[in-house]
Amino acid sequence: MQLTKKKVAGLLSAATCTLLGTPAQSADNGWDVDSAILFYTEDNNRIEVVEPVISATKDLGDDESLSMKLVYDSLTGASATGAVPSTLVQTFTRPSGRGTYTVDPNETPLDDTFKDTRVAYSMNWEKPIDRNNRRNLGFNVSKEYDFTSISANALWQHDTNQKNTTYSYGISIELDDIDPVGNVPEPLTDMLAQDKGGSSDTKNIVDLLFGVTQVIDKSSLFQLNLSLSEADGYLNDPYKFVSVVDSVTGEPIQQLFENRPDSRSRQSLYGEYKKMLSNKDIFTASYRFMTDDWGIDSNTFDFTYRFRLKEGYFIEPHLRWYQQSEADFYHYFLVDGEPVPTEATADYRLGEMDATTVGVKFGKQINDQHLWSVRLEQYVQSGDSSPSKAFGQLAQQDLYPDVEATMVQFNYSFKW
Amino acid sequence: MKTSYHWIILCAVLATSGCSSLGVKPWERNLLAREDMLMDADALDLAFDEHIYFSKEASSGGQGFSGGGCGCN
Repeated sequence: MQLTKKKVAGLLSAATCTLLGTPAQSADNGWDVDSAILFYTEDNNRIEVVEPVISATKDLGDDESLSMKLVYDSLTGASATGAVPSTLVQTFTRPSGRGTYTVDPNETPLDDTFKDTRVAYSMNWEKPIDRNNRRNLGFNVSKEYDFTSISANALWQHDTNQKNTTYSYGISIELDDIDPVGNVPEPLTDMLAQDKGGSSDTKNIVDLLFGVTQVIDKSSLFQLNLSLSEADGYLNDPYKFVSVVDSVTGEPIQQLFENRPDSRSRQSLYGEYKKMLSNKDIFTASYRFMTDDWGIDSNTFDFTYRFRLKEGYFIEPHLRWYQQSEADFYHYFLVDGEPVPTEATADYRLGEMDATTVGVKFGKQINDQHLWSVRLEQYVQSGDSSPSKAFGQLAQQDLYPDVEATMVQFNYSFKW
Repeated sequence: MKTSYHWIILCAVLATSGCSSLGVKPWERNLLAREDMLMDADALDLAFDEHIYFSKEASSGGQGFSGGGCGCN
């Protein structure tokens, strides 16, 4: 093969591209803009979310880039409170302490006042330090009616072994302010007493990330991340209850505000393998194991396969499977007359469950300048709806109803 | 809990020892340099997924930081 000057320049350009985060740069220093909108709908009139997002990355030259992202969430619908169903009509006090809502017999109690909007903004600045090192600084802020979050993160990446191996070291610090409607409830007190403390509380989260990305051959690579996370502060959900039920009939006689530990340590291991086949199809498989000191272990498997079709079209099936064990302090309900534990939650998200996502994405790449795609996904989450400890009327109820959600998403990316 | 720390340390040691026998020459990276071969290709999809699963499940992060910046959990 005879190498022209242009080819040599191209090869050198590709050679200097580092593996992570810096694909071959376009000649112009414009903006790469990614936009998308997500429509998320749960069955049975539960949560609905509309979430548009726009992200723009400016190539500053010499592998330096600045990116910004703006997200807006609009959230409506009803959310499970953790209270058990009853054969009788149940009346709940609204979180504000003013007014009530009722739940029909044999229905899962849902708080129908769930409505919120969230605006989130993030910035990221990536800059090479030298030939084999670069750093990435990020800043995020988000605000919703009852929650404010600020976080900053730093990531240092080091290439070695002819840039075939990249080590990543990251830290993130997040400060959150929780400002619940109707003030912060006193843990494990009766909902009817509306025993509330201050108007707000705080929590902070420190994450450490250690990763290695390894090129295996010309068309495949592997990533392994170890994450450590420490959360401290107010970790309760101020809108969730635990029912106290009659020891004979199983009918709820009292609703207590939940209480979780005020700290949580998590460790997770994440591995991802990515391979481009000879026909340019791309296969991706990932696995995550997470464990924490709340007693929760989880396994997540995720697979995608991108079929490359003619004229820039592609179609990508997606399968995700998730499983978690329950928190040590998860209780479907508490029984009247038995000692109340110091920590208790009935939040289904801390219970034992598994979940499956099946989806497909279809799109088209146009001239390296435009990319559009549409993604459709179905999510089903299931737990033990008839636990052996259920008695009395509880044995007839669905104590862990499935969550079924449909996600429709449109993406459009362009260079500007 | 002790066991889980053991495998984490083992994996960390394996990861940091590197795989010097694997890899390609700089001029063999044309496929790996493609945007769709980045580990964080489809970044907005990943962000949506993180937000959804953060609000529905007890786990988050792994590929990136786990903080949600969201009051949904």
